[in-house]
Amino acid sequence: MDIVSKEIEDIIEVNKLTKRFNGSLAVDDISFTVKKGEIFGLVGLNGAGKTTTILMLASLLNPDSGSATVCGYDILKEKDDVRRSIGLVFEEQAVDTYLTGKQNLDFTARMYNLPKKVRAKRVADVLNTVGLTDNANVRVKDYSGGMLRRLEIARGMLTYPNLLFLDEPTIGVDVQTRRYLWDYVKRVNKEMGMTVFLATSYIEEADYLCNRVAIMDKGRLVVTGTPEGLKASIGENIIFLKLSKGSEKNFIRLLQGMGYVKRIEERGDLLELSMKEREMGIPDIVRIARENRFIISSIKSHRPSLNDALLHYTGKKIEEE
Amino acid sequence: MKIIDPLPMYTMWLREMIRFFRMKARLVSSFMMPLLFLAFLGIPLSLLPSGSMPGIPESMNFLDYLAPGILGMTLLFSSMMAGASVLWDKEFGFLKEVLVAPVNRLSIMLGRSLGGMTTSIIQGFMIIGISVFMGVNVSSVSGLLLSIVFMVLICATFIGFGVILATQLGDMEGFMSIISMIQMPIFFASPAFLPMEMMPHWIKSIICLNPFTYGIDGLRGSLVGYSTFPLIHDFVILLVISVVLMILGSYCFEKMEID
Repeated sequence: MDIVSKEIEDIIEVNKLTKRFNGSLAVDDISFTVKKGEIFGLVGLNGAGKTTTILMLASLLNPDSGSATVCGYDILKEKDDVRRSIGLVFEEQAVDTYLTGKQNLDFTARMYNLPKKVRAKRVADVLNTVGLTDNANVRVKDYSGGMLRRLEIARGMLTYPNLLFLDEPTIGVDVQTRRYLWDYVKRVNKEMGMTVFLATSYIEEADYLCNRVAIMDKGRLVVTGTPEGLKASIGENIIFLKLSKGSEKNFIRLLQGMGYVKRIEERGDLLELSMKEREMGIPDIVRIARENRFIISSIKSHRPSLNDALLHYTGKKIEEE
Repeated sequence: MKIIDPLPMYTMWLREMIRFFRMKARLVSSFMMPLLFLAFLGIPLSLLPSGSMPGIPESMNFLDYLAPGILGMTLLFSSMMAGASVLWDKEFGFLKEVLVAPVNRLSIMLGRSLGGMTTSIIQGFMIIGISVFMGVNVSSVSGLLLSIVFMVLICATFIGFGVILATQLGDMEGFMSIISMIQMPIFFASPAFLPMEMMPHWIKSIICLNPFTYGIDGLRGSLVGYSTFPLIHDFVILLVISVVLMILGSYCFEKMEID
Protein backbone atom coordinates (compact mmCIF):
# COMPACT_ATOMS: atom_id res chain seq x y z
CA MET A 1 0.00 0.00 0.00
CA ASP A 2 1.37 3.37 -0.91
CA ILE A 3 1.88 5.86 1.81
CA VAL A 4 -0.43 8.67 0.92
CA SER A 5 1.36 11.93 1.33
CA LYS A 6 -0.23 15.29 1.25
CA GLU A 7 1.74 18.28 0.05
CA ILE A 8 2.15 20.27 3.18
CA GLU A 9 4.64 22.69 4.62
CA ASP A 10 4.07 21.95 8.29
CA ILE A 11 4.11 18.24 8.90
CA ILE A 12 2.88 18.70 12.45
CA GLU A 13 0.54 21.46 13.54
CA VAL A 14 -0.46 21.50 17.17
CA ASN A 15 -3.09 23.83 18.47
CA LYS A 16 -3.75 24.23 22.20
CA LEU A 17 -3.36 20.54 22.96
CA THR A 18 -4.25 19.61 26.53
CA LYS A 19 -4.34 16.30 28.41
CA ARG A 20 -5.16 15.60 32.03
CA PHE A 21 -4.47 12.45 34.01
CA ASN A 22 -6.56 12.13 37.16
CA GLY A 23 -7.05 15.86 37.29
CA SER A 24 -3.42 16.87 36.94
CA LEU A 25 -2.27 18.49 33.71
CA ALA A 26 0.17 16.30 31.83
CA VAL A 27 0.14 18.50 28.74
CA ASP A 28 -0.99 22.04 29.24
CA ASP A 29 -2.24 24.03 26.28
CA ILE A 30 0.70 23.56 23.91
CA SER A 31 0.90 24.87 20.36
CA PHE A 32 3.74 24.45 17.89
CA THR A 33 4.53 23.44 14.33
CA VAL A 34 7.15 21.15 12.87
CA LYS A 35 8.34 21.81 9.34
CA LYS A 36 8.73 19.12 6.76
CA GLY A 37 12.27 17.75 6.65
CA GLU A 38 13.55 19.03 9.96
CA ILE A 39 14.69 17.24 13.08
CA PHE A 40 12.61 18.71 15.84
CA GLY A 41 13.44 18.09 19.47
CA LEU A 42 11.11 18.17 22.44
CA VAL A 43 13.37 18.57 25.42
CA GLY A 44 12.48 18.31 29.07
CA LEU A 45 12.82 16.32 32.27
CA ASN A 46 11.07 13.03 32.86
CA GLY A 47 7.43 13.78 33.52
CA ALA A 48 7.47 17.00 31.52
CA GLY A 49 4.78 15.60 29.22
CA LYS A 50 6.89 14.58 26.23
CA THR A 51 5.64 11.01 25.92
CA THR A 52 2.03 12.08 26.42
CA THR A 53 2.48 14.59 23.60
CA ILE A 54 3.88 11.91 21.29
CA LEU A 55 1.12 9.43 22.11
CA MET A 56 -1.48 12.07 21.31
CA LEU A 57 0.21 13.00 18.03
CA ALA A 58 0.42 9.30 17.13
CA SER A 59 -3.36 9.06 17.70
CA LEU A 60 -2.96 6.55 20.52
CA LEU A 61 -4.27 8.86 23.20
CA ASN A 62 -7.12 11.31 22.82
CA PRO A 63 -6.49 14.87 23.99
CA ASP A 64 -8.96 16.46 26.41
CA SER A 65 -9.00 19.60 24.32
CA GLY A 66 -7.16 21.21 21.45
CA SER A 67 -6.39 19.78 18.04
CA ALA A 68 -3.48 18.70 15.90
CA THR A 69 -2.76 17.52 12.40
CA VAL A 70 0.03 15.10 11.58
CA CYS A 71 1.09 14.75 7.93
CA GLY A 72 -2.03 16.72 7.10
CA TYR A 73 -4.39 14.37 8.94
CA ASP A 74 -6.47 15.13 11.98
CA ILE A 75 -5.31 13.07 14.98
CA LEU A 76 -8.87 12.53 16.15
CA LYS A 77 -10.79 12.06 12.93
CA GLU A 78 -8.23 10.41 10.67
CA LYS A 79 -6.45 8.04 13.00
CA ASP A 80 -5.73 5.35 10.42
CA ASP A 81 -4.21 7.87 7.99
CA VAL A 82 -2.07 9.31 10.77
CA ARG A 83 -0.90 5.83 11.75
CA ARG A 84 -0.14 4.88 8.18
CA SER A 85 2.07 7.96 7.69
CA ILE A 86 4.19 7.76 10.81
CA GLY A 87 6.79 5.56 12.43
CA LEU A 88 7.08 5.49 16.19
CA VAL A 89 9.85 4.25 18.44
CA PHE A 90 8.55 3.93 21.96
CA GLU A 91 10.54 4.79 25.03
CA GLU A 92 9.96 1.34 26.47
CA GLN A 93 10.58 -1.91 24.73
CA ALA A 94 7.80 -2.78 22.29
CA VAL A 95 9.03 -5.88 20.51
CA ASP A 96 8.09 -9.49 21.09
CA THR A 97 10.99 -11.11 22.90
CA TYR A 98 9.91 -14.62 21.92
CA LEU A 99 10.34 -13.83 18.24
CA THR A 100 13.61 -13.25 16.44
CA GLY A 101 14.64 -9.78 15.28
CA LYS A 102 13.71 -10.63 11.74
CA GLN A 103 10.35 -12.10 12.74
CA ASN A 104 9.55 -8.94 14.67
CA LEU A 105 10.25 -6.77 11.65
CA ASP A 106 8.35 -9.11 9.39
CA PHE A 107 5.42 -8.90 11.78
CA THR A 108 5.44 -5.10 11.60
CA ALA A 109 5.74 -5.13 7.81
CA ARG A 110 2.67 -7.34 7.58
CA MET A 111 0.72 -5.22 10.03
CA TYR A 112 1.30 -2.28 7.68
CA ASN A 113 0.21 -4.40 4.73
CA LEU A 114 3.52 -4.08 2.89
CA PRO A 115 3.31 -6.26 -0.21
CA LYS A 116 5.18 -9.54 -0.09
CA LYS A 117 7.82 -8.49 -2.62
CA VAL A 118 8.72 -5.32 -0.73
CA ARG A 119 8.61 -7.00 2.65
CA ALA A 120 11.62 -9.32 2.56
CA LYS A 121 13.86 -6.75 0.93
CA ARG A 122 12.81 -3.98 3.27
CA VAL A 123 13.37 -6.10 6.36
CA ALA A 124 16.82 -7.10 5.09
CA ASP A 125 17.65 -3.48 4.27
CA VAL A 126 16.79 -2.02 7.63
CA LEU A 127 18.46 -4.89 9.47
CA ASN A 128 21.56 -4.12 7.47
CA THR A 129 21.48 -0.39 8.12
CA VAL A 130 21.19 -0.84 11.88
CA GLY A 131 23.87 -3.52 11.79
CA LEU A 132 21.75 -6.45 12.97
CA THR A 133 22.03 -8.68 9.92
CA ASP A 134 24.19 -11.20 11.79
CA ASN A 135 21.70 -11.38 14.64
CA ALA A 136 18.55 -11.39 12.53
CA ASN A 137 17.62 -14.93 13.48
CA VAL A 138 18.43 -14.65 17.16
CA ARG A 139 15.54 -14.39 19.56
CA VAL A 140 15.13 -10.87 20.88
CA LYS A 141 15.32 -11.99 24.50
CA ASP A 142 18.98 -12.76 23.86
CA TYR A 143 19.67 -9.26 22.50
CA SER A 144 21.76 -6.73 24.41
CA GLY A 145 20.29 -3.37 25.36
CA GLY A 146 21.98 -1.64 22.43
CA MET A 147 20.82 -4.26 19.94
CA LEU A 148 17.30 -3.94 21.28
CA ARG A 149 17.27 -0.18 20.73
CA ARG A 150 18.65 -0.62 17.23
CA LEU A 151 15.90 -3.12 16.48
CA GLU A 152 13.27 -0.72 17.82
CA ILE A 153 14.57 2.03 15.58
CA ALA A 154 14.68 -0.32 12.61
CA ARG A 155 11.06 -1.19 13.34
CA GLY A 156 10.06 2.47 13.58
CA MET A 157 11.34 3.22 10.13
CA LEU A 158 10.48 -0.02 8.42
CA THR A 159 7.66 1.58 6.43
CA TYR A 160 9.87 4.54 5.41
CA PRO A 161 7.38 6.90 7.02
CA ASN A 162 7.25 10.60 6.23
CA LEU A 163 7.51 11.34 9.90
CA LEU A 164 9.39 9.38 12.53
CA PHE A 165 8.73 9.84 16.24
CA LEU A 166 11.58 8.88 18.53
CA ASP A 167 10.84 8.80 22.24
CA GLU A 168 14.13 8.73 24.18
CA PRO A 169 15.76 6.67 21.44
CA THR A 170 19.15 6.24 23.07
CA ILE A 171 18.16 5.69 26.66
CA GLY A 172 20.30 3.03 28.27
CA VAL A 173 22.72 2.47 25.42
CA ASP A 174 26.49 2.88 25.48
CA VAL A 175 28.34 5.85 24.03
CA GLN A 176 29.35 4.03 20.88
CA THR A 177 25.86 2.81 20.02
CA ARG A 178 24.44 6.19 20.85
CA ARG A 179 26.77 7.94 18.41
CA TYR A 180 25.96 5.30 15.80
CA LEU A 181 22.23 5.82 16.24
CA TRP A 182 22.58 9.59 16.09
CA ASP A 183 24.45 9.43 12.84
CA TYR A 184 21.89 7.00 11.51
CA VAL A 185 19.04 9.37 12.35
CA LYS A 186 20.92 12.22 10.70
CA ARG A 187 21.47 10.13 7.62
CA VAL A 188 17.86 9.07 7.12
CA ASN A 189 16.78 12.63 7.70
CA LYS A 190 19.16 13.87 5.04
CA GLU A 191 18.99 11.10 2.47
CA MET A 192 15.33 10.18 2.68
CA GLY A 193 13.99 13.55 3.73
CA MET A 194 12.32 11.91 6.70
CA THR A 195 11.10 14.39 9.27
CA VAL A 196 12.12 13.38 12.78
CA PHE A 197 10.33 14.31 15.98
CA LEU A 198 12.61 13.56 18.90
CA ALA A 199 11.64 13.62 22.55
CA THR A 200 14.59 13.52 24.86
CA SER A 201 15.78 14.37 28.33
CA TYR A 202 19.31 14.06 27.07
CA ILE A 203 20.40 17.56 26.19
CA GLU A 204 23.45 16.63 24.20
CA GLU A 205 21.30 14.49 21.96
CA ALA A 206 19.01 17.37 21.09
CA ASP A 207 22.01 19.65 20.58
CA TYR A 208 23.72 17.20 18.24
CA LEU A 209 20.68 16.25 16.18
CA CYS A 210 18.05 18.93 16.13
CA ASN A 211 17.43 21.83 13.78
CA ARG A 212 14.98 23.24 16.27
CA VAL A 213 14.13 22.42 19.84
CA ALA A 214 11.23 23.19 22.11
CA ILE A 215 11.81 23.12 25.84
CA MET A 216 8.98 21.56 27.79
CA ASP A 217 8.47 21.93 31.51
CA LYS A 218 5.54 20.65 33.59
CA GLY A 219 3.35 20.18 30.55
CA ARG A 220 4.00 23.60 29.07
CA LEU A 221 6.20 24.68 26.19
CA VAL A 222 8.59 27.24 27.60
CA VAL A 223 10.53 28.29 24.53
CA THR A 224 11.16 27.17 20.97
CA GLY A 225 14.16 27.94 18.79
CA THR A 226 17.31 26.64 17.15
CA PRO A 227 19.88 25.24 19.57
CA GLU A 228 22.26 28.09 18.59
CA GLY A 229 19.53 30.68 19.01
CA LEU A 230 18.61 29.40 22.44
CA LYS A 231 22.24 29.39 23.54
CA ALA A 232 22.80 32.89 22.19
CA SER A 233 19.62 34.11 23.84
CA ILE A 234 21.21 33.67 27.23
CA GLY A 235 24.52 35.34 26.34
CA GLU A 236 27.62 34.77 24.23
CA ASN A 237 29.91 33.74 27.04
CA ILE A 238 29.19 32.57 30.56
CA ILE A 239 31.48 33.26 33.50
CA PHE A 240 31.21 31.77 36.95
CA LEU A 241 33.14 33.52 39.70
CA LYS A 242 33.53 33.64 43.45
CA LEU A 243 34.61 36.70 45.41
CA SER A 244 36.86 36.48 48.45
CA LYS A 245 36.86 40.23 49.17
CA GLY A 246 34.12 42.76 48.62
CA SER A 247 30.35 42.42 48.64
CA GLU A 248 28.68 40.57 45.84
CA LYS A 249 25.86 43.07 45.68
CA ASN A 250 28.26 45.92 45.03
CA PHE A 251 30.11 43.92 42.41
CA ILE A 252 26.85 43.13 40.63
CA ARG A 253 25.89 46.80 40.71
CA LEU A 254 29.28 47.73 39.29
CA LEU A 255 29.04 45.24 36.44
CA GLN A 256 25.48 46.18 35.62
CA GLY A 257 26.56 49.78 35.29
CA MET A 258 29.15 48.86 32.69
CA GLY A 259 26.75 47.33 30.19
CA TYR A 260 28.91 44.34 29.24
CA VAL A 261 26.79 41.89 31.05
CA LYS A 262 23.51 40.64 29.78
CA ARG A 263 22.36 38.82 32.86
CA ILE A 264 23.65 38.10 36.35
CA GLU A 265 22.42 35.36 38.61
CA GLU A 266 23.50 34.28 42.06
CA ARG A 267 23.89 30.53 42.39
CA GLY A 268 24.84 29.77 45.97
CA ASP A 269 28.05 31.70 46.55
CA LEU A 270 28.84 31.71 42.86
CA LEU A 271 27.95 34.51 40.51
CA GLU A 272 26.90 33.55 37.02
CA LEU A 273 27.47 36.24 34.40
CA SER A 274 26.22 36.05 30.85
CA MET A 275 28.37 38.28 28.68
CA LYS A 276 26.91 40.14 25.75
CA GLU A 277 29.91 39.68 23.58
CA ARG A 278 31.99 36.66 22.84
CA GLU A 279 35.26 38.57 23.27
CA MET A 280 34.42 39.71 26.77
CA GLY A 281 35.98 37.15 29.07
CA ILE A 282 37.91 36.39 32.21
CA PRO A 283 40.72 38.98 31.70
CA ASP A 284 38.19 41.81 31.47
CA ILE A 285 36.32 40.76 34.60
CA VAL A 286 39.54 40.26 36.56
CA ARG A 287 40.75 43.71 35.47
CA ILE A 288 37.50 45.37 36.49
CA ALA A 289 37.57 43.60 39.85
CA ARG A 290 41.17 44.63 40.54
CA GLU A 291 40.56 48.24 39.60
CA ASN A 292 37.68 48.36 42.03
CA ARG A 293 39.36 46.42 44.84
CA PHE A 294 37.40 43.26 44.67
CA ILE A 295 39.32 40.03 44.96
CA ILE A 296 38.21 37.04 42.92
CA SER A 297 39.04 33.67 44.47
CA SER A 298 37.95 31.52 41.58
CA ILE A 299 36.72 32.13 38.07
CA LYS A 300 35.90 30.01 35.05
CA SER A 301 34.15 30.62 31.77
CA HIS A 302 32.49 28.53 29.12
CA ARG A 303 30.42 28.93 25.99
CA PRO A 304 26.73 28.57 26.79
CA SER A 305 25.45 25.05 26.20
CA LEU A 306 21.90 23.97 25.59
CA ASN A 307 22.01 22.82 29.19
CA ASP A 308 22.53 26.41 30.32
CA ALA A 309 19.62 27.49 28.17
CA LEU A 310 17.47 24.81 29.75
CA LEU A 311 18.60 25.85 33.20
CA HIS A 312 17.74 29.39 32.38
CA TYR A 313 14.32 28.69 30.91
CA THR A 314 13.12 26.08 33.37
CA GLY A 315 15.11 27.06 36.43
CA LYS A 316 16.42 23.48 36.68
CA LYS A 317 19.25 21.51 35.32
CA ILE A 318 18.88 18.18 33.61
CA GLU A 319 21.28 15.76 35.17
CA GLU A 320 23.63 14.35 32.62
CA GLU A 321 23.61 10.59 32.49
CA MET B 1 -12.53 1.67 6.50
CA LYS B 2 -12.33 -2.06 6.01
CA ILE B 3 -13.83 -4.17 8.76
CA ILE B 4 -11.29 -6.95 8.42
CA ASP B 5 -7.66 -6.61 7.31
CA PRO B 6 -6.74 -10.14 6.24
CA LEU B 7 -2.95 -9.87 6.26
CA PRO B 8 -2.60 -8.33 9.74
CA MET B 9 -5.18 -10.80 11.03
CA TYR B 10 -3.25 -13.71 9.60
CA THR B 11 -0.08 -12.20 11.04
CA MET B 12 -1.53 -12.10 14.54
CA TRP B 13 -2.51 -15.74 14.11
CA LEU B 14 0.95 -16.64 12.86
CA ARG B 15 2.56 -14.97 15.82
CA GLU B 16 0.49 -17.07 18.24
CA MET B 17 1.61 -20.17 16.37
CA ILE B 18 5.29 -19.27 16.49
CA ARG B 19 5.09 -18.45 20.17
CA PHE B 20 3.18 -21.64 20.93
CA PHE B 21 5.78 -23.88 19.38
CA ARG B 22 8.58 -21.87 20.96
CA MET B 23 7.41 -22.45 24.50
CA LYS B 24 7.87 -26.18 24.66
CA ALA B 25 8.18 -26.31 28.43
CA ARG B 26 4.79 -24.68 28.82
CA LEU B 27 3.33 -27.12 26.35
CA VAL B 28 4.65 -30.10 28.25
CA SER B 29 3.48 -28.77 31.61
CA SER B 30 0.01 -28.13 30.24
CA PHE B 31 -0.39 -31.89 29.78
CA MET B 32 0.58 -32.68 33.34
CA MET B 33 -2.77 -32.03 34.98
CA PRO B 34 -4.97 -33.79 32.39
CA LEU B 35 -2.64 -36.76 32.45
CA LEU B 36 -2.76 -37.00 36.25
CA PHE B 37 -6.55 -36.69 36.33
CA LEU B 38 -6.96 -39.43 33.79
CA ALA B 39 -4.39 -41.71 35.38
CA PHE B 40 -5.15 -41.27 39.08
CA LEU B 41 -8.87 -40.56 38.97
CA GLY B 42 -10.13 -41.99 35.71
CA ILE B 43 -8.45 -45.38 35.74
CA PRO B 44 -9.09 -46.30 39.44
CA LEU B 45 -12.72 -45.15 39.37
CA SER B 46 -13.34 -47.07 36.18
CA LEU B 47 -12.77 -50.21 38.27
CA LEU B 48 -16.05 -49.59 40.15
CA PRO B 49 -18.79 -51.99 39.12
CA SER B 50 -20.70 -50.61 36.17
CA GLY B 51 -23.96 -48.89 37.01
CA SER B 52 -22.74 -47.84 40.46
CA MET B 53 -22.68 -44.15 39.50
CA PRO B 54 -26.03 -42.55 38.83
CA GLY B 55 -26.00 -40.69 35.51
CA ILE B 56 -23.48 -42.95 33.85
CA PRO B 57 -25.04 -45.69 31.73
CA GLU B 58 -24.18 -49.27 32.65
CA SER B 59 -22.51 -49.91 29.34
CA MET B 60 -20.01 -47.09 29.90
CA ASN B 61 -16.89 -47.08 32.03
CA PHE B 62 -15.85 -44.04 34.04
CA LEU B 63 -12.70 -43.36 32.07
CA ASP B 64 -14.76 -42.90 28.91
CA TYR B 65 -17.04 -40.59 30.84
CA LEU B 66 -14.18 -38.55 32.29
CA ALA B 67 -12.00 -38.11 29.18
CA PRO B 68 -14.21 -35.52 27.39
CA GLY B 69 -14.45 -33.62 30.68
CA ILE B 70 -10.67 -33.46 30.95
CA LEU B 71 -10.44 -32.40 27.32
CA GLY B 72 -12.92 -29.63 28.10
CA MET B 73 -10.87 -28.59 31.11
CA THR B 74 -7.74 -28.24 28.97
CA LEU B 75 -9.65 -26.10 26.47
CA LEU B 76 -11.16 -23.97 29.24
CA PHE B 77 -7.81 -23.20 30.84
CA SER B 78 -5.88 -22.60 27.64
CA SER B 79 -8.62 -20.44 26.12
CA MET B 80 -8.92 -18.19 29.12
CA MET B 81 -5.15 -17.78 29.13
CA ALA B 82 -5.18 -17.03 25.41
CA GLY B 83 -7.84 -14.39 25.98
CA ALA B 84 -5.83 -12.87 28.80
CA SER B 85 -2.57 -12.91 26.84
CA VAL B 86 -3.47 -9.40 25.75
CA LEU B 87 -2.34 -8.40 29.26
CA TRP B 88 1.05 -10.00 28.71
CA ASP B 89 1.47 -7.97 25.56
CA LYS B 90 0.48 -4.87 27.44
CA GLU B 91 2.96 -5.67 30.20
CA PHE B 92 5.82 -6.22 27.77
CA GLY B 93 4.96 -3.25 25.60
CA PHE B 94 4.17 -5.24 22.49
CA LEU B 95 0.54 -4.13 22.53
CA LYS B 96 1.60 -0.56 21.77
CA GLU B 97 3.34 -1.69 18.64
CA VAL B 98 0.23 -3.53 17.56
CA LEU B 99 -2.10 -0.65 18.29
CA VAL B 100 -0.01 1.98 16.52
CA ALA B 101 -0.30 0.05 13.27
CA PRO B 102 -3.07 1.21 10.93
CA VAL B 103 -5.17 -1.89 11.55
CA ASN B 104 -8.57 -1.92 13.15
CA ARG B 105 -8.79 -3.60 16.49
CA LEU B 106 -11.41 -6.11 15.41
CA SER B 107 -8.89 -7.69 13.03
CA ILE B 108 -6.31 -7.79 15.79
CA MET B 109 -8.74 -9.34 18.23
CA LEU B 110 -9.97 -11.90 15.68
CA GLY B 111 -6.46 -12.87 14.58
CA ARG B 112 -5.37 -13.30 18.15
CA SER B 113 -8.48 -15.33 19.02
CA LEU B 114 -8.08 -17.59 16.02
CA GLY B 115 -4.49 -18.15 17.11
CA GLY B 116 -5.58 -19.01 20.66
CA MET B 117 -8.25 -21.27 19.26
CA THR B 118 -5.82 -23.13 17.03
CA THR B 119 -3.30 -23.71 19.80
CA SER B 120 -6.03 -24.84 22.20
CA ILE B 121 -7.44 -27.30 19.69
CA ILE B 122 -3.97 -28.69 18.97
CA GLN B 123 -3.66 -29.30 22.72
CA GLY B 124 -7.13 -30.80 22.68
CA PHE B 125 -6.17 -33.31 20.04
CA MET B 126 -3.13 -34.28 22.04
CA ILE B 127 -5.37 -34.95 25.03
CA ILE B 128 -7.61 -37.09 22.83
CA GLY B 129 -4.51 -38.98 21.70
CA ILE B 130 -3.42 -39.57 25.29
CA SER B 131 -6.93 -40.68 26.23
CA VAL B 132 -7.12 -43.19 23.41
CA PHE B 133 -3.72 -44.48 24.45
CA MET B 134 -5.09 -44.98 27.98
CA GLY B 135 -7.96 -47.00 26.65
CA VAL B 136 -10.78 -44.52 26.03
CA ASN B 137 -13.11 -45.69 23.27
CA VAL B 138 -13.81 -42.89 20.79
CA SER B 139 -17.12 -43.81 19.22
CA SER B 140 -16.56 -42.86 15.57
CA VAL B 141 -14.55 -40.76 13.16
CA SER B 142 -17.58 -38.59 12.44
CA GLY B 143 -17.92 -38.10 16.19
CA LEU B 144 -14.30 -36.99 16.32
CA LEU B 145 -14.95 -34.45 13.58
CA LEU B 146 -18.10 -33.25 15.33
CA SER B 147 -16.08 -32.73 18.50
CA ILE B 148 -14.02 -30.10 16.64
CA VAL B 149 -17.16 -27.99 16.35
CA PHE B 150 -17.62 -28.10 20.10
CA MET B 151 -13.95 -27.42 20.71
CA VAL B 152 -14.19 -24.29 18.55
CA LEU B 153 -17.26 -23.11 20.43
CA ILE B 154 -15.74 -23.74 23.85
CA CYS B 155 -12.61 -21.83 22.81
CA ALA B 156 -14.55 -18.90 21.38
CA THR B 157 -16.65 -18.66 24.54
CA PHE B 158 -13.76 -18.64 26.95
CA ILE B 159 -11.35 -16.59 24.85
CA GLY B 160 -14.08 -13.95 24.70
CA PHE B 161 -14.57 -14.28 28.44
CA GLY B 162 -10.81 -14.11 29.04
CA VAL B 163 -10.49 -10.90 27.00
CA ILE B 164 -13.40 -9.30 28.86
CA LEU B 165 -11.93 -10.24 32.21
CA ALA B 166 -8.44 -9.12 31.23
CA THR B 167 -9.51 -5.74 29.89
CA GLN B 168 -11.66 -5.07 32.93
CA LEU B 169 -8.90 -5.98 35.39
CA GLY B 170 -6.31 -4.06 33.41
CA ASP B 171 -3.13 -5.76 34.61
CA MET B 172 -1.50 -9.13 34.90
CA GLU B 173 -1.31 -9.23 38.69
CA GLY B 174 -5.00 -8.56 39.08
CA PHE B 175 -5.80 -11.23 36.56
CA MET B 176 -3.53 -13.89 38.02
CA SER B 177 -4.87 -13.31 41.52
CA ILE B 178 -8.47 -14.07 40.60
CA ILE B 179 -8.16 -16.41 37.66
CA SER B 180 -8.37 -19.65 39.63
CA MET B 181 -11.25 -18.26 41.66
CA ILE B 182 -13.16 -18.02 38.41
CA GLN B 183 -11.81 -20.97 36.45
CA MET B 184 -12.22 -23.61 39.13
CA PRO B 185 -15.91 -23.00 39.86
CA ILE B 186 -16.63 -23.01 36.11
CA PHE B 187 -14.88 -26.35 35.91
CA PHE B 188 -16.40 -27.99 38.98
CA ALA B 189 -19.92 -26.66 38.47
CA SER B 190 -20.20 -28.67 35.28
CA PRO B 191 -20.54 -32.35 34.44
CA ALA B 192 -16.82 -32.50 33.54
CA PHE B 193 -15.97 -34.79 36.48
CA LEU B 194 -19.17 -36.29 37.71
CA PRO B 195 -22.68 -36.55 36.31
CA MET B 196 -25.25 -33.96 37.35
CA GLU B 197 -27.35 -36.75 38.76
CA MET B 198 -24.85 -37.15 41.60
CA MET B 199 -25.01 -33.49 42.61
CA PRO B 200 -27.36 -31.90 45.15
CA HIS B 201 -30.41 -30.31 43.63
CA TRP B 202 -29.39 -26.66 44.09
CA ILE B 203 -26.08 -27.21 42.34
CA LYS B 204 -27.90 -28.70 39.38
CA SER B 205 -29.50 -25.39 38.55
CA ILE B 206 -26.09 -23.69 38.66
CA ILE B 207 -24.71 -26.39 36.39
CA CYS B 208 -27.51 -25.73 33.91
CA LEU B 209 -26.63 -22.02 33.85
CA ASN B 210 -22.94 -22.72 33.17
CA PRO B 211 -22.10 -22.52 29.45
CA PHE B 212 -19.20 -24.89 30.02
CA THR B 213 -21.76 -27.62 30.83
CA TYR B 214 -23.04 -27.59 27.26
CA GLY B 215 -19.52 -27.70 25.89
CA ILE B 216 -18.70 -30.76 27.97
CA ASP B 217 -21.98 -32.41 27.10
CA GLY B 218 -21.38 -31.74 23.41
CA LEU B 219 -17.86 -33.14 23.55
CA ARG B 220 -19.04 -36.19 25.39
CA GLY B 221 -21.90 -36.76 22.99
CA SER B 222 -19.70 -36.50 19.95
CA LEU B 223 -16.65 -38.35 21.27
CA VAL B 224 -18.04 -41.22 23.35
CA GLY B 225 -21.66 -41.15 22.27
CA TYR B 226 -23.39 -40.26 25.51
CA SER B 227 -24.91 -36.89 26.35
CA THR B 228 -27.42 -35.55 28.85
CA PHE B 229 -28.97 -33.07 26.41
CA PRO B 230 -29.57 -33.44 22.68
CA LEU B 231 -26.41 -32.31 20.84
CA ILE B 232 -28.29 -29.70 18.79
CA HIS B 233 -29.44 -28.19 22.09
CA ASP B 234 -25.80 -28.00 23.30
CA PHE B 235 -24.70 -26.57 19.97
CA VAL B 236 -27.26 -23.77 19.79
CA ILE B 237 -26.80 -22.63 23.39
CA LEU B 238 -23.02 -22.58 23.08
CA LEU B 239 -23.10 -20.88 19.70
CA VAL B 240 -25.23 -18.03 21.01
CA ILE B 241 -23.10 -17.58 24.13
CA SER B 242 -19.82 -17.70 22.22
CA VAL B 243 -20.96 -15.10 19.69
CA VAL B 244 -22.17 -12.79 22.45
CA LEU B 245 -18.92 -13.13 24.41
CA MET B 246 -16.75 -12.60 21.33
CA ILE B 247 -18.66 -9.42 20.47
CA LEU B 248 -18.40 -8.17 24.04
CA GLY B 249 -14.71 -9.09 24.09
CA SER B 250 -14.06 -7.16 20.89
CA TYR B 251 -15.88 -4.19 22.31
CA CYS B 252 -13.79 -4.28 25.50
CA PHE B 253 -10.57 -4.61 23.48
CA GLU B 254 -11.65 -1.69 21.31
CA LYS B 255 -12.02 0.46 24.40
CA MET B 256 -8.80 -0.69 26.03
CA GLU B 257 -6.49 2.15 27.02
CA ILE B 258 -2.86 2.03 26.06
CA ASP B 259 -1.42 3.99 29.02
